[in-house]
Amino acid sequence: MELKELLKELTDAHGVSGYEYPAGEVFIKQAKPFSDEVKIDKLGNAIAIKKGQQTGDKRYKILLAGHLDEIGLMVTKIEDGGFIRITNIGGIDISILPGQAVTVMGKEQLKGVIGAKPPHLQEPGESGNIIQMDDLYVDTGRTKEELADIVEIGTLVRIESEFTELSNGCFSAMAMDDRAGVVVLVETLRRLTERKHDWDVYAIATAQEEVSGLGATTTAYEIQPDIAIAIDVTFGDGPGIPERRSNPLGKGVTIGLGPNFHPKITQKLKDVASENEITHQIEVDPYPGGTDAYSLQVSRAGIPTGLVSIPLRNMHSTVETLKLDDVKRCAELLCVFISKLDQKFQEELKCF
Amino acid sequence: MRIYIKAGSEISGGTQMLLEKLSNASGVSGNEKEIRQIIKDEITPLVDEVSTDSMGNLFAIKKGGDNSLRVMLSAHMDEVGLFVDFIENGGIVRFKKIGGIDDRVLLSKKVLIGENKTPGVIGLKPVHLKGGNSGVTGSDDLYIDVGATGKDDKLAKVGDTVIFATKFVQSGDILRGKAFDDRAGCGVLIELLRGSYPFTLCGVFTVQEELGLRGAKIAGYNVNPDFAFALEGTTAGDTPTEKDVSPSTNMGKGPAITFMDRSVISNQRLLDLLVDTAKKENIPFQFKRTITGGTDSGAIHLQRGGIPSITVAVPVRYIHSPVGLMNKNDFDNAVKLMEKSLQRVPELA
Repeated sequence: MELKELLKELTDAHGVSGYEYPAGEVFIKQAKPFSDEVKIDKLGNAIAIKKGQQTGDKRYKILLAGHLDEIGLMVTKIEDGGFIRITNIGGIDISILPGQAVTVMGKEQLKGVIGAKPPHLQEPGESGNIIQMDDLYVDTGRTKEELADIVEIGTLVRIESEFTELSNGCFSAMAMDDRAGVVVLVETLRRLTERKHDWDVYAIATAQEEVSGLGATTTAYEIQPDIAIAIDVTFGDGPGIPERRSNPLGKGVTIGLGPNFHPKITQKLKDVASENEITHQIEVDPYPGGTDAYSLQVSRAGIPTGLVSIPLRNMHSTVETLKLDDVKRCAELLCVFISKLDQKFQEELKCF
Repeated sequence: MRIYIKAGSEISGGTQMLLEKLSNASGVSGNEKEIRQIIKDEITPLVDEVSTDSMGNLFAIKKGGDNSLRVMLSAHMDEVGLFVDFIENGGIVRFKKIGGIDDRVLLSKKVLIGENKTPGVIGLKPVHLKGGNSGVTGSDDLYIDVGATGKDDKLAKVGDTVIFATKFVQSGDILRGKAFDDRAGCGVLIELLRGSYPFTLCGVFTVQEELGLRGAKIAGYNVNPDFAFALEGTTAGDTPTEKDVSPSTNMGKGPAITFMDRSVISNQRLLDLLVDTAKKENIPFQFKRTITGGTDSGAIHLQRGGIPSITVAVPVRYIHSPVGLMNKNDFDNAVKLMEKSLQRVPELA
C-alpha cells in the first residue's frame, strides 16, 4: 500500500479519545507485516514491536508515540422532535460545527447534519454571534420514537470529512491530528526492514492524548524505554498565523527544541537530518505540553525525550491539511536516527 | 401517463438517482452551465421543444389539448455559493458570497472550485491560536486553500464559482444533500414534464433566483402564460428554537403551498385549486406559515398585464448551508399535488 492509501485508511477509521479501537485495528493491520509482535492493550493503545539486532544482555529500547485518538462529539440528550444535543470530546472549535454533515454512530449508523438556521428565519443581528454548544444539535430527520432503539446518551457522533487530495501533494481530512503521526510509525517500521538497527523499536499508537495523555503515560511506564520520541502535528502556515508560530507546509519535518526535549536528542535529530539532506525545520516550544512528549519525559525516573512533527493547517478542524512529503521526511528521519542509536549515545544522555 | 407512487411507499430508483444528480451538480447563480446541461439532457426526450434565452433560462414546451391556454411552471436551477474575487501571493483564494449564506456555516468546509472542480478547503486559524472570545469570522476574512504555492490559473482563477463539496445520500426516507433549494423544485418539474396535460405547458428552469428572481423576470415576460406555478425547496423551520414560534413548514408533512411571501400574494384561484385538489385526492399538504423570502412567483406575477401565480415547495431543513435534509414523501406528494392540480387548470380558464 502506498503511503497516501495508508493515511486514507487511518483517517477513515473512527477513534475518538477513549474509543480508539477501530483506528487501533487499522494500525495493527498496517504495522503487522513489518513487526515481530503486535497487540492492543487494555486501555486501547495499539502497540507494534520490532526487535533490533543487538545481542547483549540489556536490550535497549526506543519508544515512538503517535497518538491514535481524535477529537469528536457525543450525544447528551435526545429531545422531543428527535433533535440530538451534543457535547465535545477534546478541544473542538465550535465555530466550525454549524452546517457539518455527521454520522451518528448508534446501533445503526445514521446520517445527519448539525443544524444551521437559514438566514431567512434569523432575527436581525443573529448571524453576528457564534452559536454555542448548548444551542447546537444534530438532526437526522427522525423522530424521538424512531431514534429510541438506535441512539442513546453517550453515542458518538462523527463529523464526516472525506479524505481529499488537494493540489501539490497536499491532503485534507478530519483526524490528520494525529493519524499522520500514526502513519509515520508504520512507514518507519517499514523502512527499518531495509536497514540494520540494534535497538528494539516500540511503535505505539497511543490512546487519549487529546484529553489526558493517558496512553503515553501508561505505555512508557510499562515498557521503560531508554529513549522516547513523540510524533505529532504542529501549526502550519496560513493567513492570520504569525510567521514565528508557523511551520510552512512542504518545508519539512519539524524538530522540537525546548525544555520538554532532551538537548542531545534534539541535536542528534538535527545532525541526522542535515547529514542525510532531509528537509527539516526547528520548532521552538518553550512550554512543555500539547503532545505525548509531556508525559513521556517524566515517566518513572525520567526518559530522554524528543519530538518530531508534521506541519498541519487548520488543526482541530474537519479540514486538517498537510503535505505528504513532510510525512515521508519524518519517517526517513526517524529511520536513520534509530539505525544510529548505540550504547554510547544512551550513556551520554545523563552527562550534562 | 406515469402513475405516481402513493405517499409513504418506496421512492422510485429513477427519481432518487435524478435528485442525486441534480443535488450534486454545480450551478451557482450566474454560472448555471453544468446543471442546465444535466436538466437539458433529462428533459429533451420528454417535451416538444427545448430552448434557452439570453440569460440562460431553460425552456421546455409541451403541447397538449387547448393550445390557447398556457401554464408556466418554474423552478430555479441556481444555488447559493461562492465567487473567487482575489488570489493572494502563495495561492490563497479569497471569495465573495453569492446569495444569502450565513458566514458561520462556511468554516472548515470542503469546496469545489471552477469548471475543473478543483478541491479546496475553507481554512481557519487553529483554535489553539485564536485567543479568547474571538467572535464570528466574516467571509471577507475567510479563504480557500487548494494546496497551491502560487497563482496557478489551472487550480483557481478570479471569476470561478465555488460549490460545497457535499454528496447526496439517502438514509431511509431522509435525503441529505446540498442545493435542495431549488433542485427539489427542478426534480418536481422534471417529473411533471413526463405527464401530459390539456393545455400548453411551459416548464422553465430559471437562473439567478438567488440574486433577486432575475431569470424568472424575463422568463415570465417571454412565456406570457395564463397561469404560473413556482416549484421550490423552502425553509423547514421545524427545528429547535429558544422562542416558541410556529415553524415555517414541517418536514414530512407534505408539500408547502405559499399564500403570501415577501415577493407575492398568491393568486386566490390557484390557491383554491391546489387546496381543493389536495383534499379530494387525499394528498397531505401544508401552508408555508412564514411570509419571509421570495420566489420566482414574485417576478412572474408582475409581468405584462399580470400573471396569476403561486408557489408550491418541498420543505427543506437548512437551506443555504452546505447540507440540507428533505423527506422523499414530501417530494413525491409535491409531484402528485401538481400533477393532479394541473389536470384541472382548464377549469379556471
